[in-house]
Amino acid sequence: MKKFLSIALILVLIIGCFAACGDKNTTGDPDSEESKPPVDDTASDETIKVAIIGCHTGQNAQYGLGVLNGAQLYIDQINASGGINGKQIKVIAYDNKSDNQEAINAFNRAVDEGITALIGDVISANTIAVVGEAYPLNMPMITPSATAAAVTYDDETDTVYSNVFRTCFIDPFQGEKMANYANEKLGAKTAAIIYETGNDYAVGVKDAFIETCKKLGIEIVDEEGYATGDVDFMSQLTTINSKNPDVVFCPNYYQDNGLIITQARKAGIKATFIGSDGMNGVKGYASAADLEGTVYCSGYAPGVTEAVKAFDEAYAAKFKTEPNMFAATAYDAAMVLCNALQIAEEAGLKTGSDEYKQAVIDAIRDKSADLECITSSGYTFDERNNPVKNAFIMKLVGGDEVYVETY
Amino acid sequence: MSLVISQLINGLQSGSIYALVALGYSMVYGIIMLLNFAHGDIIMVGAYVAWLAMVHLALSPILAIILAIIACTLLGVIIEKVAYTPLRSSPRLSLLITAIGISFLLENLAQLIFKADAKRVPPLITGPSINIAGQYVDFTAIITIVVSVISMILLTFLVRKTKMGKAMRAVSEDMVTAQLMGINLNSTISFTFAVGSALAGIGSILYCCTYPQASPTMGSMLGLKAFVAAVLGGIGSLPGAMIGGFCIGLAEAFVSAVGLSVWKDGVVFAILIIVLIFKPTGILGKVINEKV
Repeated sequence: MKKFLSIALILVLIIGCFAACGDKNTTGDPDSEESKPPVDDTASDETIKVAIIGCHTGQNAQYGLGVLNGAQLYIDQINASGGINGKQIKVIAYDNKSDNQEAINAFNRAVDEGITALIGDVISANTIAVVGEAYPLNMPMITPSATAAAVTYDDETDTVYSNVFRTCFIDPFQGEKMANYANEKLGAKTAAIIYETGNDYAVGVKDAFIETCKKLGIEIVDEEGYATGDVDFMSQLTTINSKNPDVVFCPNYYQDNGLIITQARKAGIKATFIGSDGMNGVKGYASAADLEGTVYCSGYAPGVTEAVKAFDEAYAAKFKTEPNMFAATAYDAAMVLCNALQIAEEAGLKTGSDEYKQAVIDAIRDKSADLECITSSGYTFDERNNPVKNAFIMKLVGGDEVYVETY
Repeated sequence: MSLVISQLINGLQSGSIYALVALGYSMVYGIIMLLNFAHGDIIMVGAYVAWLAMVHLALSPILAIILAIIACTLLGVIIEKVAYTPLRSSPRLSLLITAIGISFLLENLAQLIFKADAKRVPPLITGPSINIAGQYVDFTAIITIVVSVISMILLTFLVRKTKMGKAMRAVSEDMVTAQLMGINLNSTISFTFAVGSALAGIGSILYCCTYPQASPTMGSMLGLKAFVAAVLGGIGSLPGAMIGGFCIGLAEAFVSAVGLSVWKDGVVFAILIIVLIFKPTGILGKVINEKV
């Protein structure tokens, strides 16, 4: 019995060791050279370290991997053409698993490894968590995808996080855009809304849409909500149909929108559906006939310019998959950041020093207007560090999502 | 007025699917006193089979429907043989926990194999809208209601009039005595699972006609609501399951129609709580005296 017990204990210990090792391996990203001890200052003079933190596994992996790949693509291109001031950029990539605590841990670890800037995080909640750590350090930070207003601006203390920027547009912006578009281009006089009530994104876009509609004189004839996970919208859509609106606004994600539009046609709704960038990808979730004419705004449109085409091809060649919007805004984020790093390097500042970080932040804010970016012709930022950029209007034609215009 | 009729039909349509699933719950509960929480996930598997057959094997909708129903039936029997039969003499709590385990197993397997995002199931049954009293009603809504009512009638016939049905009733009444009377317990219970799962298969097809997406967790909420329907109707009672299903569907449609759609799930579970407090046997349930 004693023998058995001791063997069992040994086994448990061994398994424990393995488990611990396994854990270590999953914290970092397999693509990066990870688990290195903090590097001393002499090494950081030769390379510029940039962290890319996001959700690379789990439910939101599609977003996080898009960001990682998009940013990596640009940085690889810069490195291949000689780097910045002769210095190579070293990417430190960590997976935050869409978890706030993991996000903070990953950021702190990256700081210990001597990063000079951060591209990330991906999800708004994670980004807000990391901003809390990054703001006191004045760490230059660009998120390609966090759309919540609170990422760059604290409502309670009326503070703008001066070190945080983004290359995506914020939620309310899309609601405004689509209300204006419905008014100007679709001639809508009445609108109905169906939105996911428990989703900050949907609510944010919806509120801005309603506010703008009021200003423009579009009457909101019906506002229907649904709970997360619902699949049956027939009752709400029957009510909407009875009010006969010109447009139906769906600021939700594409899977829900696919179900909504399919059921709406069954309920007899003939109106045009309009949506926000969450609509991107809806073509796989409803029939071409039901979707025909649906429009939404997007932060990225494939192949609109030569630069975008080149990006699409390079991305597809490297990662064997089509880029998504997150990859595009991440590519832009990397471009804006590298440009700022270049300016700071040329000023002769010590890499990673406080002055250096401030120079990078100033350069992002003031010197990004002339860049040839993928989703915007250069970036300028408003007083809350939100980008001033146009949206791409996409339309469902024959079951495909095609670019219509830049609005 | 037409709005009221439309909403009624919406309620009956979703109610029909709840009713079909609730029938499976009730049958299994009736025979081995097990709340088969894996029942909802069998529907999920049915939806994925239909999707696989249509999208990857390019089969016709009819074949896809048949395949999905067969797959559900087989799966139900396999689950019974592998997970529940070995535990037949164990406490009922062990069975219940096993059922929950099977439910998690199926959900996570689906997530592993098909990934977490939903798959669009192509239209399985299509047809023109039908004009009923000046009101256009979607074809799938009619089919859903008609098919579930027919299934219910056939099932009642099976249980009341056939020899197998007699065996099922006998087993549910007293398992040991039924065995003494020469009824093959194993095959009767397997048959019950097969029928219940086939109904789940039909349910999954009707579900995919109205909500054309297959996702790994689609069965859990559907299963829970069908469970509420079964409890409301009186668990173990077949007509009760049907009535319960329609009540839940209509309640949901009503709540959404008055603009409280966000409260839909809340109302369903409030019904469960109220039924359990005031009439635990449900609408048509019998009072079972615990044998001492």
